[in-house]
Amino acid sequence: MRNKTLKYALLLVSGFALSSPVWAENECPDYDKARGAMLANTCAGCHGTNGASVGPASPIIGGLSAETISETMKAYKSGDRPSTIMGRIARGYTDEEIDAMAGFFCEQKFVPAKQEVDAEKAEAGKELHDKYKCEKCHEEGGTIDVDGSSIIAGQWKAYLAYELSDFQEKHRGMPKKMKRAMKKLLKQDADARLEQIIEYYASQQ
Amino acid sequence: MTLNRRHFLQVTAGATAAGVVGFPHIASSAGTKKVVVIGGGTGGATAAKYLRMADPSIEVTLIEAEEYHYTCYLSNEVLSGDRKLESIKVAYDGLKKHGINVVKAKATAIDGDAKKVTVDTGDTFIYDRLIVSPGVSLDYSKIEGYSAEAAQKIPHAWKAGEQTKILRSQLEAMKDGGTVIISAPPNPFRCPPGPYERASQVAHYLKQHKPKSKVLILDSKDKFSKQGLFTQGWTDLYGYGTDNSMIEWVPAAEGGKVISADAGNMQIIAGDLEDEHTADVINIIPPQKAGQIALDAGLADESGWCPVNKKTFESSLIPNIHVIGDACIATKMPKSGYAANSQGKVVAVAVAAALSGKEMVEPSYVNTCYSIIGEDYGISVAAVYRLDGDVIAPVKGAGGLTPKDATAEHRKREVQFAYSWYDNIVQDSFN
Repeated sequence: MRNKTLKYALLLVSGFALSSPVWAENECPDYDKARGAMLANTCAGCHGTNGASVGPASPIIGGLSAETISETMKAYKSGDRPSTIMGRIARGYTDEEIDAMAGFFCEQKFVPAKQEVDAEKAEAGKELHDKYKCEKCHEEGGTIDVDGSSIIAGQWKAYLAYELSDFQEKHRGMPKKMKRAMKKLLKQDADARLEQIIEYYASQQ
Repeated sequence: MTLNRRHFLQVTAGATAAGVVGFPHIASSAGTKKVVVIGGGTGGATAAKYLRMADPSIEVTLIEAEEYHYTCYLSNEVLSGDRKLESIKVAYDGLKKHGINVVKAKATAIDGDAKKVTVDTGDTFIYDRLIVSPGVSLDYSKIEGYSAEAAQKIPHAWKAGEQTKILRSQLEAMKDGGTVIISAPPNPFRCPPGPYERASQVAHYLKQHKPKSKVLILDSKDKFSKQGLFTQGWTDLYGYGTDNSMIEWVPAAEGGKVISADAGNMQIIAGDLEDEHTADVINIIPPQKAGQIALDAGLADESGWCPVNKKTFESSLIPNIHVIGDACIATKMPKSGYAANSQGKVVAVAVAAALSGKEMVEPSYVNTCYSIIGEDYGISVAAVYRLDGDVIAPVKGAGGLTPKDATAEHRKREVQFAYSWYDNIVQDSFN
């Protein structure tokens, strides 16, 4: 309720539908902290100190769950997930090293991207998020990383657009439920709807 | 022991001058470990910041001659006009927020026995550990007629800032149909793909505004970094390989090595046959060595670069001094901004461990480097490194170049990731 009030207040004042949800802290596995930090700090040149990317396209990785980081890096490594550069880099680490990095990033705070959003599109995007039950896996508006869902609220727009495009082009695989939801979501006005849903996730700051 | 007494006396003298308020300061600072960092480029800034993050009890002083840093990376986009010089200007306020004492002065001498750095104002700084990240010095002596003075007319633009501005205004003032010469240096040098990205960015500007003009690269080498991808990009965008190519590359074997420069007549002599080349704009990127302070302090060997322990970056020549970035010999790691950033983090851990008497964790290093060849046309090279004996070796089966058959969408994204790389490495190093 508080979020909603704040959102509308900001909408009236600034013309942006910004909301300020709380990004919950993760439960993180034990890991070798010195080793995790040494490995994870090599990522910061592109993903920001502690994984808090300042954008505009490299995703924020600090504050994602250990499961998400580990699975994502391993998928880049095997080539299951497409990338421009991440596959080349992920192949440089053992699975044990990836898990140590994942422990480090899991413990960091998720710092949402400060970016401009279109209020109307974000509102429409929120309706789509509810209607197509994205909430089932991307809980609390996408602010919580549950079972490797990653955090999509507060993520950089360019990155969200790349990933959605890769899903659409079938370069990146989706879980069955997501595939069905996406099919329905994009049955009409696909481009406009993709933009709206991106604006919604980006509006949470 | 003498060192400690001297150190104590110096602190005491300072505190006395400051009055009684200084007393608690003495008490706390007598046991405080002091690290001095020379050079506020990417390597030095990162080392200073990550050292404070690793152990906030360490007192860190960063000595840098300039008030602002202009990043070399993305400075080629300033030459094409796609970016303003202001956008690559970085202040030191971010480092100050980490509690780093930023001193605007030029380090003039290092006394490794007394563990003391002297700066041009006459002030001295005592250290427990010193990190030297001085970048490169330009070796004008290798090209007859070239000098710091001649570089006002024939810029090197290999240290960003004023030099970038000179080269950009010369390109703007040049007539359509003019020739731009870029002289690429022999290995090793700062930013191996840099001269070729520069040729690309200059061609990108000329294509839009002075399409009858040409870029002539005179190279001291027979091959260069990301060569296949650059050649492909030049073919796709600038007619490379045709009679109307906007870029021509002359390798050393075909007379590309520049011997002398005549700034008055805008003439270059290159190759064994002493071919004469005249041009409207000449950019000479001269051969390089470690930054001047490293040479003066005896941190470099006969190669002109600084040998170091590959795990800790401690100098092989003077104890308690670590050398990082372009100046050090990092075996397989290139002299790049990302390498300097990565080494800055490793040295921070090494120094923090040494000062607390702990064992250092196994190091890990990365290099990632983007080049923007033209509009929506980005390429990259990456590597993950491990310590293998005395070599910082790339992990086999990982890293490498943008695939040659990458899609247009892939190359377009690489430009956006290059900009993200820029924003994040600046944030990570300086803020």
